[in-house]
Amino acid sequence: MSFFKEFLTLLKKNIRDYGMYIALFVIMAFFTIATDGIFISSRNISNLMNQMGYIAVLAIGMTLVIVIRHIDLSVGYLAGFLGALAAIALTSWNLPVLLVIPLVLIFGVAAGLIAAVTIAKFGIPSFVATLAGWLIYRGALLRATLKTGTIVIPNDTFNAIGNGYIPDLPLEGFLPGTHKLTLLLGIIGAVLLVISEIRSRKKKMAYDFEVLSKNMFIVKTIFTIILLGAVTYVLAGYNGLSWTAVIVLSVTLIYHFLTTQTFLGRHIYAVGGNPEAAELSGISVSKITYVVFGSMGMLSALSGMLFASRLQSATTTAGQGFELDAIAAAYVGGVSSAGGVGKVTGSLIGAIVMMSLTNGMNLMGIDISTQYIVRGAVLVAAVVFDVATRKQRA
Amino acid sequence: MSVPILEMKNITKEFPGVKALDNVSFKVERQKIHCLVGENGAGKSTLMKVLSGVHPYGSYDGEIYFEDKLQDFKSTRDSEQAGIAVIYQELALVPEMTVYENVFLGHEICKGINVDINETIKQTVEILKKVRLDVNPSTPVKQLGIGKQQLVEIAKALSRDAKLLVLDEPTSALNESDSDNLLDLLRELKEQGVTSILISHKLQEVIAIADKVTVLRDGASIVTLDAHNGEVNENVLIKHMVGRAIENIYPERKKKKSDQVVFEVRNWNAYDPARERQILKDVNLELRKGEVLGITGLMGAGRTELALSLFGNPDNYRIDGEMLIGGEPVKFNHPEKAIKAGLAYVTEDRKGDGLILIQDVKSNITIANLKRILKYGVIDANAEIKDAREYTDSLGIKTPSIEQKVLYLSGGNQQKVSLAKWLYVSPDIMILDEPTRGIDVGAKFEIFTIMNKLVEQGMSIIMISSELPEILGMTDRIYVVSDGKITGELSTEDADQEIVMRYATM
Repeated sequence: MSFFKEFLTLLKKNIRDYGMYIALFVIMAFFTIATDGIFISSRNISNLMNQMGYIAVLAIGMTLVIVIRHIDLSVGYLAGFLGALAAIALTSWNLPVLLVIPLVLIFGVAAGLIAAVTIAKFGIPSFVATLAGWLIYRGALLRATLKTGTIVIPNDTFNAIGNGYIPDLPLEGFLPGTHKLTLLLGIIGAVLLVISEIRSRKKKMAYDFEVLSKNMFIVKTIFTIILLGAVTYVLAGYNGLSWTAVIVLSVTLIYHFLTTQTFLGRHIYAVGGNPEAAELSGISVSKITYVVFGSMGMLSALSGMLFASRLQSATTTAGQGFELDAIAAAYVGGVSSAGGVGKVTGSLIGAIVMMSLTNGMNLMGIDISTQYIVRGAVLVAAVVFDVATRKQRA
Repeated sequence: MSVPILEMKNITKEFPGVKALDNVSFKVERQKIHCLVGENGAGKSTLMKVLSGVHPYGSYDGEIYFEDKLQDFKSTRDSEQAGIAVIYQELALVPEMTVYENVFLGHEICKGINVDINETIKQTVEILKKVRLDVNPSTPVKQLGIGKQQLVEIAKALSRDAKLLVLDEPTSALNESDSDNLLDLLRELKEQGVTSILISHKLQEVIAIADKVTVLRDGASIVTLDAHNGEVNENVLIKHMVGRAIENIYPERKKKKSDQVVFEVRNWNAYDPARERQILKDVNLELRKGEVLGITGLMGAGRTELALSLFGNPDNYRIDGEMLIGGEPVKFNHPEKAIKAGLAYVTEDRKGDGLILIQDVKSNITIANLKRILKYGVIDANAEIKDAREYTDSLGIKTPSIEQKVLYLSGGNQQKVSLAKWLYVSPDIMILDEPTRGIDVGAKFEIFTIMNKLVEQGMSIIMISSELPEILGMTDRIYVVSDGKITGELSTEDADQEIVMRYATM
């Protein structure tokens, strides 16, 4: 097969995935031009990563919820409430940060499991069960902040989660103005990626399985390295990797691994694809429901803490509308409400797309009313594209 | 010779990568029952979709003449207005609505903007009489059995003054008496001037009812036979369908007698709280090593319920009784446990609860036993590809690749994927529920051959089927179920259709 032909087949086969990357590229290029390069500046990209962190982690959890044919509306206020809880634990109870974080995460899991009980055990539609959660956690958040209003968090360690950056290597004079540890991590990441790609290709060839042609493989790998290099270079030009970015990347990697490489992922997608068949294949649908909602609760807690940390305080309206942003990001990222379809990496890209729109339009000074309309239009366009490409394959 | 009511000329329909219909011509005479037969994937359904406008005018080549007029149906609405009614395998009724609402759905009788309920009911009663359905028109459709629902569909077609009725596998979900009833009705409608096209896999039924039979194979019309010239019989049809003669539909198997009981059920009772009724009453059965045990009975007798109650009880029936595997008492509260104990259950409805259609062949094969390809909880993707290839090859599953979504495979190949999935768990006991439903003669033969190989290797099979010929052709022993009870146990050698039917209607 000629190189060009293989390229076309590859493009056709993965049109949905590539389409999203192309869309992101177009959006970024547009804003870069429209803002005379401010959009792509190191400082702004770094900011953008921090702004989207708390939505991105929610979107990842929401992906799995939608994959198993449910929805979770409670995550926004749950995140807000758990952020406030973290603030109270730090300020009123004077608990150490390293205890507060796991504690709040556990609370999140518990909240998710309670929702799962009503859904899996009592058979209440998830829309209703989590709408109740939406109300309950909204009330809980108001109650938690009743006495003081906004709770200011004077804890530097905690606030670093949403505002701080990873430390740099103590190499003065070497490459001034760049963040050397970020560069180093980028290089290590690229090397690991290339090694694992080559190893997996060799193994596949040993089994005599189909692989990309050598040229295509090299082009693809170089392209990935360039992409990774560009992101690293941009970030290293400012303060380097933020803690938020580290957290979001870790969550994405862990969830990507769990969903694509493990039995748990297979079980989740099987339940989403056909719950009756999954049950008869020995997979407990209710167990999977508990796992997915438990994870959603944990990520809500994480999201709440990221947000509280970013604002350095817990507010009475924290978390408002997060659930809808997360759902939108997941749909832009390609999940299907029919179940069984959707990737966590897609939802991460979806979150980046939506946040790029907000960020870019803010830089351009576009009115908030227009912003909502544009974001709505992009959401619809993404899902229309999704449905159309899916049909085409049929 | 009368003027044809329908003539489809040189129809060619292409999908990306496949030619589903290749220059097909098809002529139906007025007031005849014209049967359309062919293997799965032969193009019968596509041809009917072209006719009904599901594939709109312009998306195919060729011409359709209906009532002597060249037609250009752009949607199903157009073809309905012209007088063509298509009744699909999956019924298009709204279960929550009443019979009369369903019958007049989409062309309600109105007085001003209000629906004239009294007139609707009056007309429904008349139409129901025509289809010989004796129910109150205000009954919700979901309360009717599948056979009666089928009749409501026909009533719906008649309410639109359909001149041509197309029925796609109408009897595949019906029991024998309902099937007979339906076929009689078609004959009666014929007398009243309605022409029918009947798509069916059941050749006996085709032979019994057809005036003409057209055989399709690989998207081409092979032959049209006149049933009144005595040119239609099972062998002729099969020969045209598969392109070669199959001498024996049921492959030979060396029968070994074994008295070793591998699986036993004693005093098994099940109550379904959802339907508020006792579904199994005092069932006793035993399965011997290396045999094919048949379980048959009429629709609704409790065959599938029996299988589900044994296989981890996913529908949460209230059960009491004893189950023994290899003499040891066992209890399963989830299919997972049943699988661990060596059971496998190939479901009746492979699309509904058997396969994950949107996933590919390889994931479907490995899903019930991922442990085989796990390394520290992580899936070994290469081992999975290797295993999936091995199983697709050994079962002869025809698929462009193991990465193909199961959705796009033919019924027979889907069924083989279903089998592969359960063979992948290496069971000792396999329950096959209607293993040949909706698949063609060639694929049936292959599935039977696989079953024979499995029992020769020492597996024990419970085959649930409502097709008496295949029960008689394939099994060693038969249990007949009626109304949740086992009414008869027979050695297949001593059984014939009549004896089985007698037990089944006890």
